[in-house]
Amino acid sequence: MTQVIILLAFLGLGYTFGSITESRHYTSIRKREKQFLSLPALNTKTIDHTGREIKEAVLVQGSAVISIDYFKRFLAGLRNILGGNIGEYDSLVDRARREATLRMKETAGVADIIVNIRIETSPIGQSAGRRSVVGSIEAIAYGTAVTYARSSTHHSTI
Amino acid sequence: MLLTNIETVPGKNIVDHFGVVSGSTVRAKHLGRDLMASLKNMVGGELKAYTELLQDSRRQATDRMIAQAEKLGANAIVNVRYATSSVAQGAAELYVYGTAVRIK
Repeated sequence: MTQVIILLAFLGLGYTFGSITESRHYTSIRKREKQFLSLPALNTKTIDHTGREIKEAVLVQGSAVISIDYFKRFLAGLRNILGGNIGEYDSLVDRARREATLRMKETAGVADIIVNIRIETSPIGQSAGRRSVVGSIEAIAYGTAVTYARSSTHHSTI
Repeated sequence: MLLTNIETVPGKNIVDHFGVVSGSTVRAKHLGRDLMASLKNMVGGELKAYTELLQDSRRQATDRMIAQAEKLGANAIVNVRYATSSVAQGAAELYVYGTAVRIK
């Protein structure tokens, strides 16, 4: 009986705090994504920069480790038995990747564009190496930040 | 040392290739951090200690790669790639590699 109560308490805690942190995180992600609209990140290697001289190109990267809450992990465990789409993990990986991309852009400084971005995801922590449990994942985003020469006629200075 | 993850360094010419250089570290976190992380696992969200740990290790791996490239006389590394793999429970290997070149 006590075990059931403890489990329910954990589920309740996980659900409440999990939802709060998730919605807070999404608000912050959306806000910052709007700020960085002027800095596009492409996964193509070449860009057409006719008329613009490239001043600088540097490697930039960002990463984030995000963990899933107890309630969602429990739900996902149930879903594992029945099979099908595990929607609980969607927001986990989505948050990690968007956060990593944002952090990469934050380190880019005055760059104009980021080319050849690559996003990688790997499970870490105690869940790493155990196939059945995914607890926390790390997403890393990296790319080459390109800055155009400011004297260029085609480019308005920031 | 200039690093890019494309085949060239935009605005510069590659005059010499030195081959692949790489760096890696295997890290595990200490118990205190792990305890905090398992608490945080309860409610979800970002595990800051892990993010920092992995960033630190990645920086160390990158430094090792750069040191290797400097020994060869290179002044840039192109086509840099990062890879992560978990070698054991609670330990991660961070690997970074690229092609050392000389640019002008």
